[in-house]
Amino acid sequence: MDEMVNVALPKGRLGEKVYDMFERAGFDCPDIREPGRKLIFENREKKLRFFWVKPSDVAIYVERGAADVGVAGKDILLEYQPEVYELLDLKTGVCRMAVAAKSSFRDDRSKTLRVATKFANIARKYYSAQCRDIDIIHLNGSIELAPILGLSDVIVDIVETGATLRENDLVPFETITPISARLIANQVSYKFKEKTIAAMVAGLKGQVKEP
Amino acid sequence: MDELLKNEERAVLELRRLYRAQGYEPFKMSKFEPYSLYVNHKEFLISEGAITFTDTDGTLMALKPDVTLSIVKNYRSSERTVQRVYYNENVYRSAGGGRGYREIMQSGVECLGAVTALELGEVVLLAAQSLQKISPDFVLDLSHLGIISAVLEPMGLSQQCRAEALSLLSRKNIDGLTTLIPGEAGASLRALAALSGSLSDALPSLLPLCTTAEARAAYDLLASLSRMLEDAGLQRHARLDFSIVNDMNYYNGVVFRGYVAGIPTGVLSGGQYDKLMARMGKDARGVGFAVYLDQLERLTPSAAGCDVDAVLTYGPDADPAEVLRTAKALRETGERVVLAARPDGIRCRRVLEFHSGEVREIG
Repeated sequence: MDEMVNVALPKGRLGEKVYDMFERAGFDCPDIREPGRKLIFENREKKLRFFWVKPSDVAIYVERGAADVGVAGKDILLEYQPEVYELLDLKTGVCRMAVAAKSSFRDDRSKTLRVATKFANIARKYYSAQCRDIDIIHLNGSIELAPILGLSDVIVDIVETGATLRENDLVPFETITPISARLIANQVSYKFKEKTIAAMVAGLKGQVKEP
Repeated sequence: MDELLKNEERAVLELRRLYRAQGYEPFKMSKFEPYSLYVNHKEFLISEGAITFTDTDGTLMALKPDVTLSIVKNYRSSERTVQRVYYNENVYRSAGGGRGYREIMQSGVECLGAVTALELGEVVLLAAQSLQKISPDFVLDLSHLGIISAVLEPMGLSQQCRAEALSLLSRKNIDGLTTLIPGEAGASLRALAALSGSLSDALPSLLPLCTTAEARAAYDLLASLSRMLEDAGLQRHARLDFSIVNDMNYYNGVVFRGYVAGIPTGVLSGGQYDKLMARMGKDARGVGFAVYLDQLERLTPSAAGCDVDAVLTYGPDADPAEVLRTAKALRETGERVVLAARPDGIRCRRVLEFHSGEVREIG
């Protein structure tokens, strides 16, 4: 039986920040620092295996058990609702899910609101709680363009500093929910590798800094 | 014989033997039920949606997404105090996330009537034994909805807030619970979420959280289940875990879920559903579980080996009767032998050639 604990980390800046937390908590894998195109890194002594995956795929790897634990943004967890345990708020990668529109936008409740977003489920849930009829326009990138070109009235997207919005004359005017990186675990792995996973949670908890 | 059976097929046979031995009777149902049965109790079902069609008389029917509802519907209080049934049926459910409908093979038992602690214990033990039949490396998680209710009740949460708290509990999201109900008010709920471990280790930490009489009774029941599992030598596989929060409109009391190493989702789910019985107008209690057999194929590593043991090739002039006779003789030694003019594309251990009445190995 393979007793290695598989950890899926999101590629990119957030992943690197999160790996630093793992390293400081004693769950390190020195090979990962070496430049190259390798995707999987092992620390046999500590029985750890790290791999980089596309941030939006981390939850899938964990839900289906290819990874025992992983780090995913709260945005992804809210959008895809994977059946995983959400063990710790790492309080890094902090941003918010917000509704933004052109600064000249005035909400007209007599019309169906056209919402452009990558996060269709989050948007649908948010507006259905307000009994609002909306038309979702699913885009995969450059969401900010939609209201400028009249494709949508508003956008639902992640806002970090708001700089991109400002540069495009857009204003965030409602926050849907705060977002940060979360440590997630496969429900079955949690039963069979509980000691290691619990130690990981405790170790990482010590590394969490209040933003 | 055994090697010919796939994991799920072997499990079906072994589970049937297990349930029969305890006096459970088979329950066979038709593939369809009126859709109204499911739509009236849709929260009871694990996933929403059923495949529907119109019957010849205009009734809207559904391919069954669940078996328990049909068994409960057909329950009649008879001279027997407790009715025990088992089933092995295919159910049709949406796989979630827009992945369409799937056919899932399911086995299970239901125990209806004057269910006491004894029947409850019997069903929990059967659940553990069912998992043991599937794999020796298994875990049975137990939870008690009465304890969760007793912890939630004094908090006086709104319906929406309570649903949110239960959802966070099911994800073990302690940080989320802290945000939802901060400070001392939410302490007991956080303690419940953090509580996880083997029954014997976790029960003592549960006791201080059981402050009401109902919760204390629930605790005593869990303690007695723990003893029953210990007697059966299964205690080390049983865990306490309050992230199991089945719908409280239907379930009450003990709920449980089973996992085996190597399958990334749960393979068994069940519990006590007295409230479902009441909602369906039955004056009785009920407990049962289902085993999802479709996942078991993942337990066997894919056969990377050969399609057959040997390929017997023959020339265009060979006498078919003689070739067939030779192949039969080879098969009688236990080998899997396929006939082919050329061995191309067949993965095999050896290639044999049949030539003028003789067999020789050529690769």
